[in-house]
This record gives sequence, C-alpha cells and structure tokens, in this order.
Amino acid sequence: MASYLLIESRDPFESKDASYLSDLAVRLAKAGSSVSVLLVQNGVFAARRGTHAETVRRLAAAGVDVFADDFSLRERAITATSLADGVKTAAIGSVIDHLAAGHKVLWH
Amino acid sequence: MRERKTLTFLLMDPPYESARTTTAFRVLQVAAQRGYDIKVFAYEGAVALSFAQQTAHANAVHGRDAETEHHPLPKDWIAALMRDATANGGRIDWVNCGLCVDERGVGAAIEGVRRGSPADFWKLATDSDNTLVIPTRG
Repeated sequence: MASYLLIESRDPFESKDASYLSDLAVRLAKAGSSVSVLLVQNGVFAARRGTHAETVRRLAAAGVDVFADDFSLRERAITATSLADGVKTAAIGSVIDHLAAGHKVLWH
Repeated sequence: MRERKTLTFLLMDPPYESARTTTAFRVLQVAAQRGYDIKVFAYEGAVALSFAQQTAHANAVHGRDAETEHHPLPKDWIAALMRDATANGGRIDWVNCGLCVDERGVGAAIEGVRRGSPADFWKLATDSDNTLVIPTRG
C-alpha cells in the first residue's frame, strides 16, 4: 500500500485550487492508499472551525489524517481550541519522518 | 541509532519573497539535526539564496541601525545548516542551477555551494532515499 503526505500551503480563501489537494487526498485514500494531509503556512486557515471545516470532515470520513503545522498556527494566533474536529497539530519534522519512511511527499 | 538517510530537496523561490523559503529551511534544519545526508538543488530564483554578497542593512524608515535591525540573510542560514549537518554527522550538498545563476548574476556563492544543471537534480534524486520538490507558486 502506497503512503502519501500531501502538504497544502495555500489559503483556501485565496486559492480555489486548494480544493484540488483535498480531492486528490480523498481519491488516493479511496483507492486504498494511506494518506495524510499537512496544512502549512496560510494553508492552516482551513484547519479552523468554520467555512472550511467541511473539507476536514470530508478528509476524515475518507480516512485521511489531517495535521496542521504548529509553527504556522502560532504565527497566525490560531489556538488548539479553534481547530476543527479531526485536526491534529504536528511539528515540521513530520515531513522528514514521512520522507525518511519512503512515503510519497507532495507539496502544493 | 537512527538510520542515516539521503534526502533531496528542490527549491525554486528567491529569498525574501515567500513563506515557502522559511518552511523549506525549517524542514532542512530538522534533516540537518538528524544527521542526514542532504542534497539541495536550487533552481530559478532560489539560486540567490546562497549569494555571498547579500548584505545586512539599517532601516532608515524605522530609525534602526544595522545591528538593531539584525537583518536575516539566507546565505547565513545556509552556512548554519551546513554546520548543523556536519556537527550531527551528516552533510549538505547544495547545487545551484548554473544557467539560473548566470541569468541573475549571482555567481558569487558562499563556500560549500557548487554549480550544476537540472541533470544534477535527476542524479541527486536517483541516488537519494526520497525527494521533495517545493515548487514556486504557478
């Protein structure tokens, strides 16, 4: 089974194509792959409760693990209590963990 | 003891223009601290990251001298990453795309940075355990 880490750096309110990454994640998961999504930079705006929480719910329903970079959250004053259900925080070292494990890591 | 991995990264963004550069350096720092062998291929504007003539400056608008301004220089970050990697038993092979360098006139790179071509990126990726491309925004 292939394992993927998809990194989303784009603000979902600014970039329509941010949805492409979540669509890809869902499709890969439904095809039997192990998929994680890491939100970084302005991508963490999708991690908050609110308009884009549906994206997180859809990912979680497909079995995709969703993480938000802790540093990017702190930069934007997004606290743990304001995160949508299903979003976990992660250190940037998780990218190295996935690379070292041989997972396919894609940046958007 | 952690297995020593070889990881390749491709960077494309020029300094001071994108948060991607900051994130890329954060990722590289973790790999350096783990003592991994790190290959970096700097393409397009990213070749200016290692430009040796970057200069810290004062900020006249805010009335700060150069020391107070403490202006960050990516060339110093690269040098620090190289020291970190070496101290932890790894190394960084930093390759600048030669044509990209010539186009931008940034041939004066810091020590430890070499010149190459996109074919080198292919070789680096082929010889590595894994590769991450951090593209500029299209």
